[in-house]
Amino acid sequence: MKLHEYQAKQLFRDYEISVPLGQVALSIDDVARAYTDVGVSDVVVKAQVHAGGRGKAGGIQKVTSADEATAFAQKLLGSRLVTHQTTAEGQPINAVYLEAASDIECEYYLALLLDRKFSKLCIMFSTEGGMDIEEVAEKTPDALLKFYIPFSPTVPAYVSRRIATLIGKTHEKPLRELLSKLAKLYIERDVSLLEINPLVQTTEGDLIPLDGKIELDDNAAYRQKDIEVDSSQDNPHEVEAAEIGISYIHLDGSIGCMVNGAGLAMATMDLIKLHGGDPANFLDVGGGASAEQIKQSFWLILKDKRVKSVLVNIFGGIMRCDIIAQGIIEATQSLKPDVPIIVRLAGTNVEKGKEMLDNSGLQLISASTLDEAAQLAVEKGAS
Amino acid sequence: MSVLVDKHTKVLTQGITGKTGQFHTKACLEYGTQVVAGVTPGKEGESFEGIPIFNTVAAAKAETGATVSVIYVPAPFAADAIMEAVDAELDLVVCITEGIPVCDMAKVSEFMQGRETCLIGPNCPGIITPDACKIGIMPGNIHKHGRIGVVSRSGTLTYEAVDQITRSGLGQSTCIGIGGDPIIGTTHLDALALFQADSETDAVVMIGEIGGESEEEAADFIQTYMDKPVVAFIAGATAPPGRRMGHAGAIISGGHGTAKGKMDYLSSCGVRVVSSLTHIGEAVKEIVS
Repeated sequence: MKLHEYQAKQLFRDYEISVPLGQVALSIDDVARAYTDVGVSDVVVKAQVHAGGRGKAGGIQKVTSADEATAFAQKLLGSRLVTHQTTAEGQPINAVYLEAASDIECEYYLALLLDRKFSKLCIMFSTEGGMDIEEVAEKTPDALLKFYIPFSPTVPAYVSRRIATLIGKTHEKPLRELLSKLAKLYIERDVSLLEINPLVQTTEGDLIPLDGKIELDDNAAYRQKDIEVDSSQDNPHEVEAAEIGISYIHLDGSIGCMVNGAGLAMATMDLIKLHGGDPANFLDVGGGASAEQIKQSFWLILKDKRVKSVLVNIFGGIMRCDIIAQGIIEATQSLKPDVPIIVRLAGTNVEKGKEMLDNSGLQLISASTLDEAAQLAVEKGAS
Repeated sequence: MSVLVDKHTKVLTQGITGKTGQFHTKACLEYGTQVVAGVTPGKEGESFEGIPIFNTVAAAKAETGATVSVIYVPAPFAADAIMEAVDAELDLVVCITEGIPVCDMAKVSEFMQGRETCLIGPNCPGIITPDACKIGIMPGNIHKHGRIGVVSRSGTLTYEAVDQITRSGLGQSTCIGIGGDPIIGTTHLDALALFQADSETDAVVMIGEIGGESEEEAADFIQTYMDKPVVAFIAGATAPPGRRMGHAGAIISGGHGTAKGKMDYLSSCGVRVVSSLTHIGEAVKEIVS
């Protein structure tokens, strides 16, 4: 779950981390109010979207009056911002953040994330702020410091001491406080990625987060209910899928996929590609593949008008193939798809399941092998 | 000897009174697994299918001699359940539960440092030694006793591979589902080390997916320490970067953890990599003949 910059900044404030004065405006009528509430003349208006590269894409501008702020916000709100990180369609702008402009001396990069290899909290720091961190890691790996520390709100003192050798001794103490507050936020709010790019040193010598990118752990949503996620930033098919509890990801191809299990779903997409086709989606109906889950998955896939054929690949284990076949037949009867459905079943009671599909009188093509199924789906999907 | 579990293994179920716990405990009993105890706080004195229920893992272990636990408790309480089982000094803890917050697992990981207990999972199908002991949610009937070890981050994808191995006329020594989360107990490398040391395993099938670097670590181990052949399959060649593909750990981030990167690295370490899911069975057959 990604958060907007203004939400990240609010979380920073909650943890007593200094950020520039700022106000969010969710409608054009609110922009002048927000400008006045910020309370200074030089204000930066920033488009709130779940993507980086906003500045270069024209989503950020400095203004000096409420009228100017409103004029710029007028251009942004209700439009879509296309950056190098978005699709060609871009992300909808439903909010702008107005923030007091800072006098910047230097820009740094700071991030906290999970290190999977050691199961530690990883702190990353670079003096090359403002740049894409992947570029820093590639071009100047020496400029990137990494620290692997325990999951604890007390960050070891050596971390700030070491960073201070690069950016100045005076920053050591404020940095230590900043890192500990960020670590506390990271742990208490179930963050999976926290990135401050840039972390700036102002002309007054303070270190403040100028941007804030926070992603939360989906698995912990149940205990972070006070944080609202802007679902308009996600693909509408994916939002619907999430609401009915199906794991679905929208892709660029034309072959719909329904598979049980995430690993098998990925492997099935790969197989479609090997046969020369392109998957329209990733969809995991769940290991059990119940009749209801199958029906809802069909509904989701068929709503997508780019889909030219559907490949159903289900491995029946505990849930037997005959029960799964029944679910597929019922879903097909009620949804009446107008694209070919190719079904490959495997596992427990596969013969019975296949026989039921063959005798259903419906436009279901049951394949004997997975390769045959993938090939058929690609052929039918191309014509 | 197979790996980690055999027909003598005594198992206790944590979360035995829940719907999932009941369903799979019954299936494991039917398979022949010795499920000797259940644990649900507050239900001590009750029983399920003749299995006595205890309030704590420690009491269940003391009364029944169970050495392995399988966990089905809901995600918000699962990390605590793992720590309880580890604290009771069981040999092996298998956590099936999906959706445990990463911060909770980070605490579990720190808690387990320096302790002897081995953890499999979470978010995994479990472990099975065919015809001897099934612990978890995998369908027992597709497995066949044999000499191929299987280790995988995925559930149904493992069943697919197991089915292909069985159909090719071979069988499995032990199959370990290590789970699809970013923080897990037993890794690919750990499982490979067990299979390398097991006299009843001739070859190993390793199934990986995008995200993390556990397949690369395994590749280094294979090259340096293994003389048994390994067949590998990596899922997610078509997965777009930055998207979590169902499993919490299946994500390409910052250009790292791609399927191609993993496949190329495994190949360079002498592993037989199959690019198509449907070729796993025949590749295994080829390398053992």
